[in-house]
Amino acid sequence: MPETIDITLSVNGLAHELAVQANVTIADLLRLELGLTGAKISCDMQVCGACTVLVDGLAVSGCTYLAVDADGREVATVEGLATDGVLNPLQQAFIDHAAFQCGYCTPGMLMSATALLAENPRPSRAEVIAGIDGNICRCTGYLPIIDAVLQAAEAGAQR
Amino acid sequence: MTRVEPWRVTTRPTPPSPIGESVPRRDGVAKVTGAARYATDMAVPGMAWAKVLRSPYPHARIRSIDTSAAKALPGVIAVVTAEDLKARGDINLYYGHALTDHPILADGVVRYSGEAVAGVVAEDELTAYEAAQAILVDYEPLTVVVDVEGALGSGAPVIHEKEAKQGFHRGFDEDIQRDHPNVCSTAVQKFGDIDAAFAGAHLVLEGEYRYPNSYAYAMEPYNSMAEWRHGGLTVWTSCQHPFMVRDDVSHVFNLALANMRVIAPYVGGGYGSKSYTKIEPLTAALALVAGRPVKLVLSIDESILTTRGDGARVRIKTAFEADGRIRGRQAEILLNTGAYAENSPLVARKSANRISGPYRIPALDITCRAIYTNTAPASSFRGFGAPQGVLPGESQIDEAAERLGIDPIEIRRRNVVAPGEAPWPKVRGLDADLQADLSLVAEALDWASTPQPSHARGIAISASDAGSEPVSTALIRIHVDGSATATIGTSEIGQGSATVMAQIVAAELGIPLENVSLLQSDTAAVAYDRSTGASRSTTIVGLALQDAARDARAQLREWAGEVWSAESIEEARGGLVVGGVHRGWGEIVGAYFAGDFGEVVGRGRVRKVGATKQMPPFWEVGCVGVEVHVDEETGQIRVDKLVTVGDVGCAINPQLVESQDLGAAIMGFGMALTEELIYTDEGTLLNGNIVEYRVPRASDMPEYIGIIAERGDGVGIYGAKGGGEGSLNPVAAAIANAVRRAAGIRLREAPFTPERVWLAIRERDAAK
Repeated sequence: MPETIDITLSVNGLAHELAVQANVTIADLLRLELGLTGAKISCDMQVCGACTVLVDGLAVSGCTYLAVDADGREVATVEGLATDGVLNPLQQAFIDHAAFQCGYCTPGMLMSATALLAENPRPSRAEVIAGIDGNICRCTGYLPIIDAVLQAAEAGAQR
Repeated sequence: MTRVEPWRVTTRPTPPSPIGESVPRRDGVAKVTGAARYATDMAVPGMAWAKVLRSPYPHARIRSIDTSAAKALPGVIAVVTAEDLKARGDINLYYGHALTDHPILADGVVRYSGEAVAGVVAEDELTAYEAAQAILVDYEPLTVVVDVEGALGSGAPVIHEKEAKQGFHRGFDEDIQRDHPNVCSTAVQKFGDIDAAFAGAHLVLEGEYRYPNSYAYAMEPYNSMAEWRHGGLTVWTSCQHPFMVRDDVSHVFNLALANMRVIAPYVGGGYGSKSYTKIEPLTAALALVAGRPVKLVLSIDESILTTRGDGARVRIKTAFEADGRIRGRQAEILLNTGAYAENSPLVARKSANRISGPYRIPALDITCRAIYTNTAPASSFRGFGAPQGVLPGESQIDEAAERLGIDPIEIRRRNVVAPGEAPWPKVRGLDADLQADLSLVAEALDWASTPQPSHARGIAISASDAGSEPVSTALIRIHVDGSATATIGTSEIGQGSATVMAQIVAAELGIPLENVSLLQSDTAAVAYDRSTGASRSTTIVGLALQDAARDARAQLREWAGEVWSAESIEEARGGLVVGGVHRGWGEIVGAYFAGDFGEVVGRGRVRKVGATKQMPPFWEVGCVGVEVHVDEETGQIRVDKLVTVGDVGCAINPQLVESQDLGAAIMGFGMALTEELIYTDEGTLLNGNIVEYRVPRASDMPEYIGIIAERGDGVGIYGAKGGGEGSLNPVAAAIANAVRRAAGIRLREAPFTPERVWLAIRERDAAK
């Protein structure tokens, strides 16, 4: 059996103690071990953003971020955005603007936008575009996504 | 980079609610919470993982394959080659719905770099990958040809030595004509006296154009999972046409259709690239050999090597009168179809049909040949042969306008067919009003005003014979509580079918949308649908659902008559008025079965009779305008403004129509400006990944005006007709036309990269 390394991490607020191989990515850990299939694998080379998750609040590419590097850290995924079945303002804005079609990029897009809004709660349109420029969407032509993030920022500011 | 609210032009009658309403997408909550399941997310107990060994050679004979080292690795369950599959005797190695030219695994010869040579099944994916690398293959390299000119040249290597059998999907027989062994198929569109058209012309324009080999980049890579149980086969797969895949795979394994089940969960992007069969036969064959359920997930790099879009070289000649009217058009289209036919015979047919545009042309002489080369196989891709021809066709319309001193919009007005007028003999008249659409784009672009220096506007239009075959069925079950479940074979590929179809059922039964559920894309459980493509679902499946609702209502009327022995029964929203009393659908069901149980099953179908008899079922027009800026120092084109018209007859869900139009236009934008798969002459793909194959990003977006025109002129319910491809087809041509006006250069090769633009500017200056 290949050697494993013991790690402790929290995923969407839930603590996990796991033994993982050194070459396992956080995306594979989430998808195959923890059953959290929200983060998606697409380009598999850190340029499309579909696998984006947050580690200690920072957006990372789950396809290349090693699970062992998340030891002792907090991981947030798309599955953790809603609270008790209630969508957060960003999720709701994505629905209001039809900011997705096939939806394959959506989990990563939402997590990049989450990181952006955490750092900059009132981004300008240009800042939103810069914030999601590392996430590819092949369906929508991006404009509905940009509008959705701006709406979520507006909603966040009003709370 | 602002976004202007869509313009709506509506002259159709008001349809019943919730038709015409932008209700939220019904897949929305699943897709924003990570709960939406795609084929990549599926697993079954006992599942093993597969990986594929691919050829590094673009053309080679396989002398031998040594799998012993791979088989010896711990965790490896099976290593499979074509010889292993042939030796079994229960698998037909070759598949293909048009031509059965595609082996599941390379059969003694590889025809492109990246072709699947062997498959490995192991306990986990990494072991499968490592075992695949341990397979030793001895190749004897053969002469390689990567472009259409080379493939038709004397001394070109013959890519398929044996002529392939016709596939199960009839209809290409007339197109499979070979005047050269590397011709996969030939499509001809010919009428009128072409010699006379050119002989008497005031102006004849000739040109050669190129359209790139492209990649659809559906973000979910090709992936399948196959399980054999009780002599039957179930395949979960990311595909657009589950029934077509069922039919194809059943031929590979000699299975009755009833023993073959294909399930397509949410599909992570299709754009045509997931139409027809891809890796399903291989996954099922590996599962059969391994005796385990098998999951095969390709990487995107492997997906690029699985199916791409047809590149084209087009030689085109158009004859004009002095007043700009078209006298005739002649074109030779050569499609770079790659190593296997896939769906390119149909792409060739459509390309030949679509290069003439929505114009009144007295004489046409078009030949489109799909050519085999040693490159990854090409197949369907959104637009489907149209953009390859619209770029040259619409460039020449603008060139004529310039030469004859006519405004680009005016010259199109003089040629465009009127509503109801057929662009060629024996086809449906145009069910769109392009004169009006041209006016809308002119207004949105502020066409009459003078743009800033180095800026210019351009337009282009197109017409596609869309809708594919009008063959769909649907079932609607109305339950005893009055809610309804509809089953359809249409996949939810992001286009919004899960939402639009539910709206149609709610409207046709007069029940709340939240009381409608849909079951889609499981060939064992839902009613037959031919395909999810050619922009057909809203129109064709919508009609099938309407028919199913009508059938359910008719049965309930009969049942109500029997139960209540009433003399007068009238249709009402959500039920019937029976002897003066409103009875909901569920109440009638319960009364008929004498209890709180039972249901009625409404059956709907669409075939080539009645309103959908004449082909095409509908036309999908495109009308696109752009404003561009050309940086003469760098050759960079910036699209500042983009205008599209969704001429959809009736927008069942306007927000989704706008989404489709914008998404389609941006895909066309990518193809026009950056997207191209680049092969070396030696057959190596230089940019087979998403870093080097550059698709549009958020920072590339122009200002956008999406116009929706609803004139109730489609064959579908409430006058609807399809959308989603029309706004892609003219984009490259509109940009090329605008660049001509901005910089005085005529771009004839897409994508219009800074390098090509810069060189054209230098050439322009040298000629001065």
